[in-house]
Amino acid sequence: MALDDKVDCGRRRLIVATATVGGVAGLAAAVPFVASMLPSERARSAGAPVEVDISKLAPGQMMTVEWRGKPVWVINRTKEMLDSLKKTDDKVSDPQSGKHMQPEYCKNETRSIKPEILVAVGICTHLGCSPTEKFKTGAESGIEADWPGGFFCPCHGSTFDLAGRVYKGKPAPDNLEIPAHKYLGDTKIVIGIGQDGKEA
Amino acid sequence: MKKLVFVLLFAPLLAFAAGVELHLDKAPDKAGDMAALQNGAKVFVNYCLNCHSASYMRYNRLRDLGLSEDQIRDNLMFTTDKVGDLMRISMQRAEAKAWFGAAPPDLTIIARARASEFGSGSDWLYTYLRGFYRDDKRPTGWNNVVFENVGMPHALWELQGQQVMGEGHKLSIAKPGKLKPEEYDALVADLVGYLQYMAEPVAQTRKQLGVIVLIALGILFVFAYALKREFWKDVH
Amino acid sequence: MKAQLTSLLGWVDERFPLTSSWKAHLSEYYAPKNFNFWYFFGSLALLVLVLQIVTGIFLTMHYKPDAALNASGVPVAFASVEYIMRDVPWGWMIRYMHSTGASAFFLVVYLHMFRGLLYGSYRKPRELIWLFGMFIFLMLMAEAFFGYLLPWGQMSFWGAQVIVNLFSAIPLIGPDLSLWLRGDFVVGDATLNRFFAFHVIAVPLVLVGLVAAHILALHEVGSNNPDGIEIKKKKDANGIPLDGIPFHPYYTVKDIVGVVVFLMVFSVIMFFMPEFGGYFLEYNNFFPADPLVTPPHIAPVWYFTPYYSMLRAVTVNFFWIDAKFWGVVAMGGGVVILLFLPWLDRSPVKSIRYKGPIFKGAVAIFVACFFILGYLGMLAPTPMRTLVSQICTLLYFAFFLLMPIYSQLDKCKPEPERVTGK
Repeated sequence: MALDDKVDCGRRRLIVATATVGGVAGLAAAVPFVASMLPSERARSAGAPVEVDISKLAPGQMMTVEWRGKPVWVINRTKEMLDSLKKTDDKVSDPQSGKHMQPEYCKNETRSIKPEILVAVGICTHLGCSPTEKFKTGAESGIEADWPGGFFCPCHGSTFDLAGRVYKGKPAPDNLEIPAHKYLGDTKIVIGIGQDGKEA
Repeated sequence: MKKLVFVLLFAPLLAFAAGVELHLDKAPDKAGDMAALQNGAKVFVNYCLNCHSASYMRYNRLRDLGLSEDQIRDNLMFTTDKVGDLMRISMQRAEAKAWFGAAPPDLTIIARARASEFGSGSDWLYTYLRGFYRDDKRPTGWNNVVFENVGMPHALWELQGQQVMGEGHKLSIAKPGKLKPEEYDALVADLVGYLQYMAEPVAQTRKQLGVIVLIALGILFVFAYALKREFWKDVH
Repeated sequence: MKAQLTSLLGWVDERFPLTSSWKAHLSEYYAPKNFNFWYFFGSLALLVLVLQIVTGIFLTMHYKPDAALNASGVPVAFASVEYIMRDVPWGWMIRYMHSTGASAFFLVVYLHMFRGLLYGSYRKPRELIWLFGMFIFLMLMAEAFFGYLLPWGQMSFWGAQVIVNLFSAIPLIGPDLSLWLRGDFVVGDATLNRFFAFHVIAVPLVLVGLVAAHILALHEVGSNNPDGIEIKKKKDANGIPLDGIPFHPYYTVKDIVGVVVFLMVFSVIMFFMPEFGGYFLEYNNFFPADPLVTPPHIAPVWYFTPYYSMLRAVTVNFFWIDAKFWGVVAMGGGVVILLFLPWLDRSPVKSIRYKGPIFKGAVAIFVACFFILGYLGMLAPTPMRTLVSQICTLLYFAFFLLMPIYSQLDKCKPEPERVTGK
C-alpha cells in the first residue's frame, strides 16, 4: 500500500491525536474499575475509629481492643516499666523511633501521648503474627535472665520492649506500629483518629 | 406510500391504547434542594424509621445533603451511635408481621419500586401519603386511595388530620390535624423528595458525570471522524 | 531499536502465527468497500460482549448469590446488588453498564441479524456463519435469562418461575425436568446458585467460543455486502478483490466512529435514564423476591417479549396435549425456525435491493409482526390482544414456512457486476 512508500505527516498526526484522545478516555474509563476494588463504605464503616474506656485499666495491666480487625493493645505502664525503657535503649534496633512506625505526636522516648499509656498494634512487623505479652522480668519470663519485660512473638522469636521497640538481631525489621489515636477527656481514647485530626 | 404502509402495519397497536388508569398527583421535584431534603430526612427518621428500615442506606451518606457527621449524629440518629451504620430498626420482623399482617417493607428504594407507567415512584408516594381516609371496615380504621386495603395505619394522621371519602371518590378533611392542608402537602413533598434521593443517592452525580462523558465522547468523535475521512480518501 | 523489534517479531513468528494472523484477519482481510450503516452492528456486538465480560467480572467481586434473608429481612443477593449501587466505590456505574449492556447486546444483535436478513448474508456459502450466529443468539438468551435471576427481585423470581415451569409442559418428563432445573420445589437458593454458575462461567465460555467460530467462518468465506454479490469473483492481477479493501485500516477507523457514536447513545441511557422507563430495569424488580406474592403483572424484559407473546398466543389443545405445551413449542419454534433460513430462501438473488415486491412485503409484515408481538408481550393479555398475537404468530411462521414458495415466485431485478456505492 501507499502507506509504506511515503509517510503522510497529516495522517500520522491525526492517528497520534486520535490515539491520544482515545487513550485518555480509555484510562478514565478504567478508573471506576480500579477504584471499585478499594474498601467499600461497609468496610470503611467497619474500620471506623473505636472508642476505648481506660478508666479501669490499672497500672501494669494491658487490654486488647479490635480495630479494623487487628488487635490493638492499650497498656498502662508502671514507673518501673517506663524505667526499663532506658536500659533497653542500646539493645533495640531503632531506639529513637526514626522509622515511620508511629504518628509524629508519638515520636518520643515512650512512643505514646501520655508517658504511661502505650497504644500499639499487636501485630509483629515480621510476618504478621500477634506477639504475646511477657511482662514478668528476669529468668521467670522464660526468655533470658535479664529480660526487662516486653513482648515475644511465638512465630519467629522476635522480641519487643515495653515501648514496642524491636530488639536487635531479630527477624522483625521494625518497631510495633502505633496507630493514630487521641484522647477524649482523661480516660477515653479514640483509635483511628489522631491528635492532629488525621484519620488513619 | 412508504409512510402509509408503515402506519397500516402498526395500526393494530392503536387498539390497545385504553386500559386501567391510576391517577397520581405529580410530586414536586425536590432533587438538589438541600433544605427540603434535610427536612424530609428529619421527617423520615422521626415518623418512618420506627417501623420501616432503610437497610441499604448508611447514616453518613447524608453528607450528600450538606450535613456534617456531627449534625447527622446529633439530629437524625436515635438507634445507633455509629455514623457509618445502616438505617436499621430494632423491631423484630416476626412481631411486625403479627401486628400489621405483613412486615413493613424496607423503604430504601421504595421510590424506585413504586414507579409505573402511571407516574414516577415519587408521584405514587406523594399521592399515597396524602390519600389516607377513614374506613371502619379495615382493622386499622384506615384505607388509601392508591393502595387498597393498605396494612399500614396513617402514621402522619396527627399532622394531616382525618380525611373521609365522600361523593364521587372525593376526599375531604373531617377532623383537622396540626398542619394546614398546604403545610401538610409541603411536608409530604419534602419527605417524598428525601425518599427519592435515598432510592438512588448517586442520581445527581450520575447526571453530572454523564454530561462530562458525553462531552469527552464528542471530542473523541471529532477526531475519529476526521481520521476515518482521511483514510477513506483512498477508497474510490 | 527497530532492528531489534523486527528480530523479536521474527522470533515470535517462528513459534506463533502472529504476523500471519494479523494479515489474515485484519491487514489483508479484504472486505467489500460498500458496507453501509448496518455493518456497524457486528463489531458493536463484539464490543458489548467485552463490556459485559469486564463489568461482569467486577460485579462478581461484590455480588453474593444467596437467597437467605439478612438481619433486616432482605435476601442477601438483593441486598448485595444495592450494596454495589451504594457502598462499592463506583459500583453503581459498573452495575448500570452491565444492566444497560444487557439490553444493548440484544438491540445490537437483533439489528445485526436483521442486516443478515436484508442482504441475504445467510445464503451460500455463509450458512455456517448464520448457524454459529444463531447459536450465539440462543446462548445469549440463556445468558440473559440466567443473569436476570441474580438481582433476586420480584421480576427475577417470577420470571424464572414461569420460564422453568415451561419445561414442565413437556409430556412425561416435564415435571421432573423442571424440578431438576430448579433443584428445589420452588425457585430458591439452589436455583440462584446454579444460575449464577451458568451466568458467570458456563455460558460465557460457550459464547466466546461461538463468537470465535462465527468470525473464523466469516473470514474463511469473506463478508457479504449490501449488494449481495461475491467480490471474490472479480480480482486484480495480485488476486485481490477489485471491490475489496483491507479491513485494517479502513474498517477499523470506520468502526471506531461507530463505536464512539454507540458509546454516546449508551452513555445517554446509562447516565440519564438507566431504567429506560422500566424497560431496561423493571420497576417491580426493586422489590425483593417474595415467593408468596406474585406481582399483579409479570412481563419479561423487552428482548424476550416477542417470543413470550407467541407462548401466550397458543390457547387451543391439539392432539390431546394441552395448549401450554404447544405454547412452549411455538415459542421455541419461533427461535429455532431462524436456523433454517439459509435453506428456506430460494431467491436467485441475495440482497433485498434486487429482490421483488413479494419478498419486500413479506419482510415488512414480518418486522411489523415482530414489533407487535414484542409490544403485546409487555401487556397483560385480553381477548382482543390474544387474537392479534395469534394472527401475528401465524404471520411470523408463515414468513419462514412459505418462503421457499414466494421467494421463487418473486420478480427479482438483475444483480450488478460490481458493488454499487462505496
